[in-house]
Amino acid sequence: MNIETTTQADATNAVVEARNLDLVFPTNDGPVQALKDVNLTINKGDFVSFIGPSGCGKTTFLRVMAALEQPTGGEITVNGMTPDEARRERAYGYVFQASGLYPWRNIARNIKLPLEIMGYSKAEQEKRVNEVLELVELSGFGGKYPWQLSGGMQQRASIARALAFDADILLMDEPFGALDEIVRDHLNEQLLKLWARTNKTIGFVTHSIPEAVYLSTKIVVMSPRPGRITDVIESPLPKERPLDIRDSPEFIEIAHRVREGLRAGHSDD
Amino acid sequence: MKTLIAVLTVLSVIIAFWYAACLPMNIKGVLTEAERAGAEVTPAGAKERRDLGEFGLVLDNRFAIPATWAQDRPRLPAPHQVAQELWKTTGAMVLKGKMMSKRSLFYHGWVTLSATLLGFAIGTGLGILLAVGIVHSRVMDMSVMPWAIVSQTIPIIALAPMIIVVLYSVGVQGILPKAVISAYLSFFPVVVGMVKGLRSPDGMQLDLLRTYNASTNQGFWKLRLPASMPYLFASLKIGIAASLVGAIVGELPTGAVAGLGARLLGGSYYGQTVQIWSALFAAAILAACLVALLGLIERSVLKRMGMGA
Ligand SMILES: Nc1ncnc2c1ncn2[C@@H]1O[C@H](COP(=O)(O)OP(=O)(O)O)[C@@H](O)[C@H]1O
Ligand SMILES: [Mg+2]
Repeated sequence: MNIETTTQADATNAVVEARNLDLVFPTNDGPVQALKDVNLTINKGDFVSFIGPSGCGKTTFLRVMAALEQPTGGEITVNGMTPDEARRERAYGYVFQASGLYPWRNIARNIKLPLEIMGYSKAEQEKRVNEVLELVELSGFGGKYPWQLSGGMQQRASIARALAFDADILLMDEPFGALDEIVRDHLNEQLLKLWARTNKTIGFVTHSIPEAVYLSTKIVVMSPRPGRITDVIESPLPKERPLDIRDSPEFIEIAHRVREGLRAGHSDD
Repeated sequence: MKTLIAVLTVLSVIIAFWYAACLPMNIKGVLTEAERAGAEVTPAGAKERRDLGEFGLVLDNRFAIPATWAQDRPRLPAPHQVAQELWKTTGAMVLKGKMMSKRSLFYHGWVTLSATLLGFAIGTGLGILLAVGIVHSRVMDMSVMPWAIVSQTIPIIALAPMIIVVLYSVGVQGILPKAVISAYLSFFPVVVGMVKGLRSPDGMQLDLLRTYNASTNQGFWKLRLPASMPYLFASLKIGIAASLVGAIVGELPTGAVAGLGARLLGGSYYGQTVQIWSALFAAAILAACLVALLGLIERSVLKRMGMGA
């Protein structure tokens, strides 16, 4: 097994630092080790994908960063604080697999939800709604209700909602998992543009090797029972990525390495 | 159009059954009256007929069939008798300009309705408050919910006189005791529906609010309350019907002289079955109107919230 600890990152640049992170869920069938000895550094502006089979702890790790789960061992900092402090400072936006839009609010008012909660002025709310709607290419859809939008548009609206407030980290848990491949390609392209324009740090969970390789500057390969990191791949691909970069030799090589990492994780059982 | 035909078919089957049921129900009374008036009845003598089957009597005395639908005080009044009585005590009254006279069902209906609405308002308010408490406090969940359930297992018929006597002894009478009984019946469905509704947001929805560092208060107003609206309306429809039953039951033990309950009571004192049945129908029609009204409000509220399909 090849665990790569990324120690080369300088401390000022690190957004997330996890050291020897453990998380055990007590369940009725006995304890489940969801994360074991996870070490990872995410730097400012990184696009980090987490890939691995179901149950390898991708969601759990994202939730630990978001202070939605408490680790049972090890240390983790987000922006130099504990995750819970970072949560209170509203350091991140979280996008779930389902869009979770409120059916009783139209798209604009759904995007306003975090802004209302965080006490932005009415004028500021309007301004930001328009900005993020444009960012996710949904301008003109603010007055529509969620059920009037396709699945892909709903998911874009939920991304807009996470972008509306000033969080410099965006955590996304299989945001496009329920969408078909063509929609997904398009959204991936948009997401990269959005990342380039906003310079956010993104944590992105996926099942799909091409999606991970296409999007990421850093790919974290995980394996289950117990959930752990088996490989961390720094992508040599340029920041500017047209869709057909997926046919380039570099792309295919990285995809190959990810596949190897996944296979190595599996042969352990 | 197809549904209209189906609905009318079902309705006419029910009415046909009702007319048919009048035959065995009323035949003995009719035959006794007919014999007294000098008609030939087989077998003769009320005593002879007492233990005979009603269906056999109907077959042996077919001449008496129309009379089973036209008695003064039948055991079971025929549909047209009830309809006539209803018209006499409603529409006909209005035409005579005596809509609010003591013989008008509008008058009695309004007496019951006012208590129903007051009780419904109290019950709904109380139910919502309890539900909010139950959802936000474990202590309330464990201490209030069991009592709410127990409260509904006590037959209201047994409880109503006690409530009225207790309230009377502290000087409360009139509309309020009836409203209290109404509230007692209607708060429960509201509590149950509202608790379910306020708890309906799933873990993801609650996690999302946590990532915004939202307060409990914000979670209530922005997520839990709007999410509970469809549940609330379902409960309100049950609650308003229960309220009406409560108001009617509240009129029985006092020997009230006004209200649909009073009409029921008066009818049974004097064997006025037609009056009883027309009061029953008035109550049912009133309940249907209230539920339908709530349905309209539900549709417009949910539509304005963007949840109307
Ligand atoms: N709340 C929980 N309680 C108990 N076990 C859990 C809980 N959440 C996740 N797990 C377990 O932890 C492991 C990792 O889950 P998860 O992080 O959801 O995996 P992934 O997102 O990679 O599919 C799984 O075995 C899962 O069953
Ligand atoms: Mg997952």
